[in-house]
Amino acid sequence: MQLETLVVNFQKKDEKAFEELYNMYSESMHGVIYNIVRDAAIAEEVMQDIFIKAWHKSESYDASKGRFFTWMLNIARNAAIDKVRSKDFKNAKKNLNSDFFVDILETSESLDDKTDAIGIKKYVDILQEKCKKIIEYLYFKGYTQKETSEELNIPLGTVKTRNRNCINELRRLVLD
Amino acid sequence: MDIQAYIDSGILELYVAGQLNEQENEEVFQLLRKHPELLQEVLEIEAAVVKLTAAVSPKPSAYIFELIKKHLGLGTTETKVVTMEQPTKTNWLSYLSLAAALLLTVGLFWSINKNNDLKNKISDAEVENSYLNIQVENAKKELVATENILKAIRGKDVIAVPLGGQGEFASTYAKVYWNKKENQIYLDAQGLPDAPEGKVYQVWSLTLDPLTPTSLGTIDDFNADDTKIFNIINANESQAFGITLEPEGGSNTPTMEQLYTLGVVSAS
Repeated sequence: MQLETLVVNFQKKDEKAFEELYNMYSESMHGVIYNIVRDAAIAEEVMQDIFIKAWHKSESYDASKGRFFTWMLNIARNAAIDKVRSKDFKNAKKNLNSDFFVDILETSESLDDKTDAIGIKKYVDILQEKCKKIIEYLYFKGYTQKETSEELNIPLGTVKTRNRNCINELRRLVLD
Repeated sequence: MDIQAYIDSGILELYVAGQLNEQENEEVFQLLRKHPELLQEVLEIEAAVVKLTAAVSPKPSAYIFELIKKHLGLGTTETKVVTMEQPTKTNWLSYLSLAAALLLTVGLFWSINKNNDLKNKISDAEVENSYLNIQVENAKKELVATENILKAIRGKDVIAVPLGGQGEFASTYAKVYWNKKENQIYLDAQGLPDAPEGKVYQVWSLTLDPLTPTSLGTIDDFNADDTKIFNIINANESQAFGITLEPEGGSNTPTMEQLYTLGVVSAS
């Protein structure tokens, strides 16, 4: 089924469409959330919440305003950030000193979770350093172009082209 | 329109990241409908990002979607209606009343709690209030006392007599403000140290020729008094004032070794 139709059906509260979209995006959302909260169980909890939220608010998605994936990505990031800022999370003394998804490789063993280290390793080993950062900021953290340019200390216009080159690199890797 | 240049600009990557403004999003959306190669590009970008983000995930548990469905009340198999209807209804009702009762209880507890909270807050505020009132009263009294002292020592008929430190007590000092008409003195004894345990300061009026001390009394509350200004009756024709440290209760004659300060009334 076409992605577009799938989304439309989902908005009509079609359970099958919902399940398909879940299968397509749940791991991705979990990855984004996990990258922020750094706890697999909490990430699962937040991921569960955002899909429930997406179902309830499906009618508020408007295709002309962006991709469905992008919509979910926004919900996921915001929910994860809210979680990190929440009282119970702070009380659970989470130590978020590793900033980048690439760090997950180094921390995953101690976390005793099921990180697919080989899967992520493939990307981390080959992606250039500058690409890891720009992808982290724009996709995982949701920084604006301006924030990204400030963070990386590069001109605003460069963000767009560098990101294009980096995503191209990523696409070649995915095709492998 | 140059499709390839548009693709190469990197705008589609930002589109997927959600970093374009509303107008740009709308533009891209319209172009995607017209140009399938643009849509293809977006799908590939999206797929790559989905893959990367998913690779970061320590795979979520498989049962999560079941939990979501359960939460949303999805995927429930249809029930045989006829026989189930009656019990279902009753159940519904009893659940509803149970829920209502629970809610009521919780609500009741909540408002009792809230009420107690508020009561506590009020009584706290009342305590605070009366405490502040006391402070205001004290401040007023202090002010009146200070004003009285000021008035007393500023009067036209008041003679100021500085008392200098004597002997080993050279660093001490005091001042006497004497209103002869009213037979009163105000002793400012700020320059004296606290009286040691078991001892009191005693104030003496002196006539010099012959040297005759007359006790004006002891200052029993010296240590406790903050202003260190004492109002004393003095009907004597004093020619000098002195302060000695004496055993509690005072002495009949001054202990000269313990003479702290002494000052002569200047002839006027």
